Amino acid sequence: MRIEEMNREPEMLYAGHNACPGCGAALAVRYLTKALGANLALVLTASCWSIITGMPPLTALKCPILHCPFPSAGSVGSGVRRGLNVKGMHDTTVVVLAGDGGTFDIGLQALSGAAQRNEDYIFVCYDNEAYMNTGMQTSSATPFGARTNTAPYPLFKEGQKKDIMRIMAAHSVPYAATATVAFPEDLENKLKKAQEIRGFRFIHILSPCPPGWGTESSDTIHLSRLAVSTGFFPLYEIINGVSWKMTCQPEGKRTPLKDYLSSQRRFKQMEDIRVDALQEEVDHDWEMLMERIAASKGCE
Amino acid sequence: MPFEIMSGSQAAAAAVQRTGVDLVVAYPITPQTAIVETLANYDAKGELGCDFVSVESEYAALACCYGAAAAGARVFTATASHGLAYMHEMIHWCSGARVPIVMANVNRTIGAPWCLDPDQGDSLSQRDTGWMQIYCSGAQEVFDITMQAFLLSEELLLPCMVVFDGFYISHTYEAVDVPEQDAGRNFIGPPSFKAQIRPGSPANMHGLTTGDNQIHLIRNRHDTMLRAPEVFQRINAKFKETFDRSYGIIDSVIPPGVKTVFLAAGATAETVRWSLPKLKEAGLIQLRMFRPFPCADLRSVLEAHDVEKVIVIDRNCSTGMGGIFAQELRSAVYDLKKPPAVQDIILAGGIDLTYEMLESILREAKTEEHVEQKWGVDLK
Repeated sequence: MRIEEMNREPEMLYAGHNACPGCGAALAVRYLTKALGANLALVLTASCWSIITGMPPLTALKCPILHCPFPSAGSVGSGVRRGLNVKGMHDTTVVVLAGDGGTFDIGLQALSGAAQRNEDYIFVCYDNEAYMNTGMQTSSATPFGARTNTAPYPLFKEGQKKDIMRIMAAHSVPYAATATVAFPEDLENKLKKAQEIRGFRFIHILSPCPPGWGTESSDTIHLSRLAVSTGFFPLYEIINGVSWKMTCQPEGKRTPLKDYLSSQRRFKQMEDIRVDALQEEVDHDWEMLMERIAASKGCE
Repeated sequence: MPFEIMSGSQAAAAAVQRTGVDLVVAYPITPQTAIVETLANYDAKGELGCDFVSVESEYAALACCYGAAAAGARVFTATASHGLAYMHEMIHWCSGARVPIVMANVNRTIGAPWCLDPDQGDSLSQRDTGWMQIYCSGAQEVFDITMQAFLLSEELLLPCMVVFDGFYISHTYEAVDVPEQDAGRNFIGPPSFKAQIRPGSPANMHGLTTGDNQIHLIRNRHDTMLRAPEVFQRINAKFKETFDRSYGIIDSVIPPGVKTVFLAAGATAETVRWSLPKLKEAGLIQLRMFRPFPCADLRSVLEAHDVEKVIVIDRNCSTGMGGIFAQELRSAVYDLKKPPAVQDIILAGGIDLTYEMLESILREAKTEEHVEQKWGVDLK
């Protein structure tokens, strides 16, 4: 899939939606709906996207949307899939869309239940690394060192970002992948691949958030690219929980993490010692990922 | 029609199996577990004829029902006590979203401390969630009402809770007149409601709205629920034609000249009913439908019999106020020309109601000055 071909695919996201300028989450959903086509049912839990869709009866998306309470996304997706199957609509792709709060935190139990049952739908987490719809509060997806409105200066987020991909791998789901908006071809390829697979599929999309991260709206793509080139957010996929594969690795040496952190207000006033600590964490995670990728060669 | 010996829980499961649902969502909790186990056994024998899924929590169970019902499927789940409390957010959501769902709730006390006895505070604490609630007093009634609840729920697009006491009904075996599966399915027919999620047709279901819009939705839900008695009676008439049994919104047994009546819901109503011949000089109003509250029916029966005193058996207590059925009754009848005195007997914690207790309640009611509230444990 080339970007030129993607551009020719019909738009599912209408103009006039309610996202902020430069919203990574809006872009992510624009790409994912383009990739999956019109025979789509979307389950949407409390998140920025609850607002982006617009106020009923208006809608920003060219597919049916079923809103659901915050912790329930994984379970409502199970119900919609089973309900559509009863009606003979096996071909409809069911997508559950949740933010990082609705995935890593309050939605984790429902997500785990659905993944374990291998429910036949695609769970998409657009991760902007905090509760952004309520105004930037800490979630378990917030990276170490970031400031939020529940960890204001001189406080900062302590502890690592939860590794949701390893949690999904531990459920042995048929397909799990990371993606981000600076690499739309990679994102679309993964969604198209996921659409061809039956069972539970999980896509984790890093989605920069200009007001939350304290960045220019014109920097979204740049930051998304830096997240990948620094190794902070590598792009890979996991088949059946065992076969790990890099999909889009930038050439050459990884960019230093501080290049990624320095333009974001949430990391302002971050002491060097903590920048180093986060760099070490990223290096360690990168090595572990490379080991898993090397170890899984040939087991797909 | 064949009689089968079954518990209240098995009767609920049998009704679901005879009805022909599309999806059963299961999660265990005492004393409800036998319902989902019985349904699983039907499934194991290939007799359930629908999708069955075991999920990871009660919250998930109702969330899964919501998704499936929004896609147009007929769904059933069952719970009790803490499970019902855990569902609370979804309970509100499902009625707001106007999806038909039938859920059995087997009454059990909510902790702390842990207690398994059949206090009705679990279902009554969901009073204001927009669900219809129907209280059953025996296994046959559980069977019949569960079947009818699907039609009621689908016509009004409001979820319906079929409620019965833990152990007294859920675990007590009775002879139940069970129709053949075909008869059950013919009576109910396939689901007739429209799916909210229709692939290919964009819709933004239940997204953010304003209070200005919400008040209309809440009013519509309220007005719709007020139609439940009329719809229930129509379904019930059809049920009587087919199966020769029928139920009222309330059922009253008030012998001529009797001015003191008990009001009870669920198993306690059955205890009172069987005690009436021995008690003499007392009547019974069995409260079957609790939401919507049958104000009109209660007022007319109390006026028609010129009832002077209603003794309400409340196997529940709203802390800081008292028994919930008594409160509801008082607000339904306070402006009658001659409103009856209402005495509240609180059997919170699900304590048993015996004939001796009823005798003592009645004796005191007739000989002592009116007392508004009495605790079951204080009865002489």
